Amino acid sequence: MAQFSLPNNSKIIKGKYYKNKTESKNIKKVNVYRWNPDDGQNPRIDTFEVDMENCGPKVLDILFKIKNEIDSSLTFRRSCAHGVCGSCAMNVDGINTLSCIKSHSDIKGELNIYPLPHLKVVKDLIGDLSNLYKQYESIQPWLKTSKTDTEKKEIIQSQKDRSKLDGYYECILCACCSTSCPSYWWNGEKYLGPAVLLQAYRWISDSRDEEKKERLKKVADELKLYRCHTIMNCANSCPKGLNPAKAIGSIKKMLATS
Amino acid sequence: MSAYKIIDHEYDVVVLGAGGSGLRAAVGLSEAGLKTACISKVFPTRSHTSAAQGGISAALGNMGEDDWRWHMYDTVKGSDWLGDQDAIEYLCKEAPKAVKELDRYGVPFSRTKDGKIYQRPFGGMTKNYGNGTVQRTCAAADRTGHAILHTLYGQALKHNTEFFIEYFALDLIMKNGECRGLIAWNLNDGTIHRFKSHITIIATGGYGKIYYSATSAHTCTGDGNGMVLRAGLPLQDMEFVQFHPTGIYGVGCLISEGVRGEGGFLLNSKGERFMERYAPNAKDLASRDVVSRSIAIEINEGRGVGKEKDHVHLHLDHLDPKVIDDRLPGIAESAKTFSGVDVTKDPIPVVPTVHYNMGGIPTNYKAEVLTLNGSEKTVPGLMAIGEAACVSVHGANRLGSNSLIDLVVFGKAAAKRASELIKPNTPHDTSPKSEADKCLDRFDKIRNSNGDTNTAKLRLSMQKTMQSKCAVFRTEKTLKQGVDEIRKPFEGLDDISVKDKSLLFNTDLVESLEFDNLIRQAMTTMDSAYHRKESRGAHAREDFSKRDDKQFMKHTLAWQEGKEVKVKYRDVHARTLTNDVQYFPPKERVY
Repeated sequence: MAQFSLPNNSKIIKGKYYKNKTESKNIKKVNVYRWNPDDGQNPRIDTFEVDMENCGPKVLDILFKIKNEIDSSLTFRRSCAHGVCGSCAMNVDGINTLSCIKSHSDIKGELNIYPLPHLKVVKDLIGDLSNLYKQYESIQPWLKTSKTDTEKKEIIQSQKDRSKLDGYYECILCACCSTSCPSYWWNGEKYLGPAVLLQAYRWISDSRDEEKKERLKKVADELKLYRCHTIMNCANSCPKGLNPAKAIGSIKKMLATS
Repeated sequence: MSAYKIIDHEYDVVVLGAGGSGLRAAVGLSEAGLKTACISKVFPTRSHTSAAQGGISAALGNMGEDDWRWHMYDTVKGSDWLGDQDAIEYLCKEAPKAVKELDRYGVPFSRTKDGKIYQRPFGGMTKNYGNGTVQRTCAAADRTGHAILHTLYGQALKHNTEFFIEYFALDLIMKNGECRGLIAWNLNDGTIHRFKSHITIIATGGYGKIYYSATSAHTCTGDGNGMVLRAGLPLQDMEFVQFHPTGIYGVGCLISEGVRGEGGFLLNSKGERFMERYAPNAKDLASRDVVSRSIAIEINEGRGVGKEKDHVHLHLDHLDPKVIDDRLPGIAESAKTFSGVDVTKDPIPVVPTVHYNMGGIPTNYKAEVLTLNGSEKTVPGLMAIGEAACVSVHGANRLGSNSLIDLVVFGKAAAKRASELIKPNTPHDTSPKSEADKCLDRFDKIRNSNGDTNTAKLRLSMQKTMQSKCAVFRTEKTLKQGVDEIRKPFEGLDDISVKDKSLLFNTDLVESLEFDNLIRQAMTTMDSAYHRKESRGAHAREDFSKRDDKQFMKHTLAWQEGKEVKVKYRDVHARTLTNDVQYFPPKERVY
């Protein structure tokens, strides 16, 4: 079997150990990936003993506790804390999810927190999503319609046609799906990946849009679309319960029957 | 003197913030051919507009007769007559056009049987000037804000708007009382940028994070408001902080008013629909300030639910599961995630939670920033929109679903006004060096602070003070204590410690700069509340329980310098914009 080894500067070393300084007996060990682009050091895993007596219920609450009370330099993105903005996507206990909606009580024993996999790390838990954002732009996520008299009339859309967007328009672009996809890991530069293809499908299936054919043609590409091998990690990891694989399947079916 | 290299940019217009209002402005500016930069500390779709649930108000009349004048009357009454009626007329008249435009942009609105935009009932929205409820709130299920934000970002991409994402804005550049742009810090590579612009539009949202418990995102720190205060300009009506009646107990997660719009109701520990007592006509769909006060009274008088009797129940278990599935799916998900409740079987535990800032940067209906210099004056080169602004259309209390419409109507208005004021590619003059020095000295001082108090501790002390001294009900005594106490975390800035010294994605420093913005707003909020000795809208004084139009039918303006907050007043606009509608004179506000 082939052996792969990481370049020396990518090897993860053991980091600092922060002992609990409270009286609490209810302690959870939390292992967090750290990397600071400024210090020239290798990435490391720091371990924090966190007092669970006075901690909110979600994984994000643990990160706040560490940042506020133990190490203010811990770096992660966060905003709404209610599962709608998609900022705090990370790998928690081996699964990509939003740390603000993931209960830490679901995880027995030590808790491991890493950035989303296969992204360039900017710092600690922050990954570089610029490639995904560029791909999102490439599918032209706006309604294409020739209707110009727009301030006067609504575009009529039946309830049935509107329901075709359910399960797709809810995507929050957190990137949990794309960064869990092995095909995207290997071909991320060219394969659009589950998040962007789900978005592409959202516009393809909008009855108000007049360029369905052109949209389909644009994604009908061996690398952009057909690198999906229905591994289904995307559907398993989506924190909003969406199914990008189904969207991709639907695009393939439309292409096969058109 | 600090030695930071500055990278210069020149734009016709700079928009600070990429939520609903900032993006709508950016789209309009790009359409007008103005060279526009849109700067945001988060990726646009992470903005807090995404959390808006219930909908966007506009008198489309898709669900029965409606009229923008009725909408205007409701908004004036909701504002407890503190709103400027010229601006409210503009908002309500422009609203239907703005929503139809969003439809064309691609917002996935829910639909009626005949394929039109679905509209639901919302608090304070009535027909025929207060006679019966009307369905005016346009909805995309219960994810309307999310749908609008993502759609507007798409439109901005379509128009090739230039984005500067994950740039944290530090200060405005002012020269002779005019705004000439701003200075920002790029988190991703640590560089400092000076954006010269003829017009700067602030769209940085609210500052809910001055409170301990808020539905606001962690990023809702009112950075633009902080910059305005440091530029020596006032903020307006800061004492008016909206408590949303239904935040999830203990978590603060928002449960949309749309739940009550679709037939949900509140119960106390005795199983009473107590809103029938406080608002016999509108009941659970009374204005938010009214419902929040009613809940607070129920709890104070011992009729709260739970072990501590400190919250109430929101029931929707009587609703048809199909209604929940179609129109409230996000609520069902949030209730499950954050309180473990299956809404088809059990009630959601809720409590009034800080949600929205009616106050902010004073502007006229064209989005131009105002100050007081003898009389009302505009500040050249500066505009504000969205929750950061105080137009004032919401006055002392905002109606639910009037904020999303505020974003798009005034975002568009700002773009229109900017394109009237400047020609594309107008040359820039030199930017004053002293402004850059002042800005970077503050930045450098905070970055290199080595005190004993970490930012989180100061922030917590500010939040606890606001929560206990400036809540739903206020008194002279609590406010006086608050005025003193809130200065302690401000003084604490002298002893702050920032552990991370780097310039690359230094969130320790970001949070410290955000705290510097927050604490100034906390002080102006507390002092403005102390000086308003009446009850109006969201500002409820137990010791002055009546509205006092004689003394306080006016906007508070608050300037902050160091520990001092100077409070003055300006008159409410007692006029409409056109003859299409008559001024609504003040009367008693009952629901």
